[in-house]
Amino acid sequence: MAYPAGYKYTKTHEWLNVDGATASVGITDYAQESLGDIVFVELPKVGDKLEAGKLFGSVESVKAVSDLYAPISGTVTEINEGLNAAPETINSDANATWMFKMDVADAAELTSLDSLIDAAAYEAFVAEETGH
Amino acid sequence: MAETPGVGTASALRTTALNARHRAHKAKMVDFGGWDMPVEYGGLISEHMAVRTAVGLFDVSHMGDIQLRGPGSLAAVQKLLMNDASKLQIGQAHYSAMLYENGTFVDDVVLHKLSDNDYLIVINAGTREKDIEWVRKTIGHMPSVHINDFSDFYTQLAIQGPKAEALLQKLTDTDLSVIKNYWFTWGKVCGLYNVMIARTGYTGEDGFEIYIPSDVPTSERVWNEILEAGAEFGMVPCGLGARNTLRLEAAMALYGHEISDTINVLEAGLGRYCKMDKGTEFVGMAALQAIQAAGGPTRKLVGLEMVERGIGRDGYPVCSLTGEKIGEITSGSPAPFLKKNIALAYVPVAYSAVDSEVAVEIRGGLVKAKVVPLPFYKKPKKTVI
Repeated sequence: MAYPAGYKYTKTHEWLNVDGATASVGITDYAQESLGDIVFVELPKVGDKLEAGKLFGSVESVKAVSDLYAPISGTVTEINEGLNAAPETINSDANATWMFKMDVADAAELTSLDSLIDAAAYEAFVAEETGH
Repeated sequence: MAETPGVGTASALRTTALNARHRAHKAKMVDFGGWDMPVEYGGLISEHMAVRTAVGLFDVSHMGDIQLRGPGSLAAVQKLLMNDASKLQIGQAHYSAMLYENGTFVDDVVLHKLSDNDYLIVINAGTREKDIEWVRKTIGHMPSVHINDFSDFYTQLAIQGPKAEALLQKLTDTDLSVIKNYWFTWGKVCGLYNVMIARTGYTGEDGFEIYIPSDVPTSERVWNEILEAGAEFGMVPCGLGARNTLRLEAAMALYGHEISDTINVLEAGLGRYCKMDKGTEFVGMAALQAIQAAGGPTRKLVGLEMVERGIGRDGYPVCSLTGEKIGEITSGSPAPFLKKNIALAYVPVAYSAVDSEVAVEIRGGLVKAKVVPLPFYKKPKKTVI
């Protein structure tokens, strides 16, 4: 499984792709693989203020519900409406499928948050979780 | 990992003879009632759809098999189980249940009449030990009946879907077209003699369950031969995930959810399998008669369909539209074939009429649902040319 090097990751399996003052958020390939066929996504609303580490929505497969946690703090600027009708898009390409975009409220969080790790650290974390 | 099918240890899960096959298929494995079982192989939805449109193969060897034999078997079965076994002909099976004295469920079962002196009771995996104990305690003292636990002797395979007959016919000379629903026979399957072939299943589709010797080499050989023969029909192996969504669409009960030791037959809506006029008193009958005399059950099992966006799942509260908790979902999930979010739930009788509006509490919010007729899914009738 490839984890794009430019992204940041959380141990709750969200990814963050920062582009200047905005960032997009999705879930990792490991997360979609573990969930199975995704049938439902509970996205935040445009304008919602998110706090790093706090619960903001959920992703559901037939068998399971997985809570989603904000990787950083900021305000939601755009949501991927297409996921309501076609949530399985996440299964096809988790790395490329953004769920929502947000502004970066505090750029310092990108380096100061212990919960935000790089691709190599995330890959190692997953390897430990799965015992490989 | 234990080598002997069915035998586990304090630390290891029990395994069926096909455990290595499931792992070779790279199935996602799960602990199901102490058994290491496949929950999905290629994907729950594709497995579910394969059963609804073609044919799927399930390893259900974790289920148990209790045999009662001897001239006293019928009398014993009539006391032990709620349905009327005297109505069964040789080669016929029916759905039934063992009840506690208070009319609640020990387990649901399928009873097969092998001969006048020989009955096979197929029981759930999670209740194997409890059931055999209950059988011994309840009828073990009755005259001329011998109880045998054959659970580990069989690998039980379920072949389910509209193409099930066409597929299995490739592997047996027995004419499957004359076996009616819930009847069984014995025949040569995959070169094995006297295999029990039953037109039973837990998916709401046509299908068969076969019982073969549980040694690993035989089990693996037959599993492989079935999949090979099934390839032309689009057959796939199917796990417990699809097994659950299939039975839910067909509104079939699952022990520990729709039926349990705190739920009685009348609440569960299974009165049609409960023959209180069969002429023998079965365990639990008096309690059920008392409930009927007192006006019937106060809560009922209903089918729900989510109306607003959201998935009601097992254990989620069911509420009135004003938010008052009135019941609980026993089994709830997206339905892959119906493409709706469905659930079974217990609600007070006042809310049980079709089209009643209720709400399901999902992570703190109320999401509207409505009561719908059961079953959610019925297989299409075969067109007679």
